Amino acid sequence: MKTFVAFVGGLVFGLGLILSGMANPAKVLGFLDLAGRWDPSLAFVMAGAIAVGLVAFRWARSRRRSLLGAPIELPTATRLDARLVGGSLVFGIGWGLAGFCPGPALVNAGSGQAQSVLFVAAMLAGMALFAAFERIRRRSRRASP
Amino acid sequence: MHLTFDLAHFTPFASLTGGLLIGVAVAALLLGNGRIAGISGILGGLLGAVRGERAWRVAFLAGLLAAPWLWRLAAPLPAPVIAATPVTLVVAGLLVGLGTRYASGCTSGHGVCGLSRGSPRSLVATLSFMAAGFVTVFVVRHLVGG
Repeated sequence: MKTFVAFVGGLVFGLGLILSGMANPAKVLGFLDLAGRWDPSLAFVMAGAIAVGLVAFRWARSRRRSLLGAPIELPTATRLDARLVGGSLVFGIGWGLAGFCPGPALVNAGSGQAQSVLFVAAMLAGMALFAAFERIRRRSRRASP
Repeated sequence: MHLTFDLAHFTPFASLTGGLLIGVAVAALLLGNGRIAGISGILGGLLGAVRGERAWRVAFLAGLLAAPWLWRLAAPLPAPVIAATPVTLVVAGLLVGLGTRYASGCTSGHGVCGLSRGSPRSLVATLSFMAAGFVTVFVVRHLVGG
């Protein structure tokens, strides 16, 4: 059942990305181009998603378990550190270069769109690099306590 | 700086409705499975995921990949317009993959879920990647390409 909910969740998320225009890099770049002709549509995507999200997360705050009995796992980190800001800046540069963030890239790759498949392959390589750097970091920490 | 609007491409109703759908998906994953619908976290977590953690992640991503096929059953799929060259796509993909993992989230995890939850970390992350996105597009379109 949880697997099914996750599948439907991904499906609805993807349909939302297509309908909203987020899945079109030209539209995303039109939003990020403040100095050109600005298309504010994507602010409406955020507003719609957060409007529903606010209600859902308010519900989650007062509960320990989900409707299907799974533990509600919310992030516990609170530190505002260089990893958070640096990582976000690096992500933002990549987002501004191609107009793709992870969700829309996956949706387009799913339809077999070649440029999106290339982007997703590079994105996976970037994520694998992160995993490798983290392994090295943990190992060197253990070596020098 | 003078702000000019692109009214020809402005789609407030479709974008708001699409946003509501994204919110419904976030709510379904949270209310049903107790999980945050952060795409980079769900995908990146697969690299080295422990047993029992894999199935829901694969299912969510399969749903995301299947969305354009379901759309096609009802209507023609809007074609994405991608101006970036293959080299730019690879560089951008690497930056997005690395950056979102270091930041522990992307547009969905920080921008939608984190802001909905009132997380200060997500607010800082969202302001940072939006600022970097605005500056990058300004440099590419108006300084280098202008």
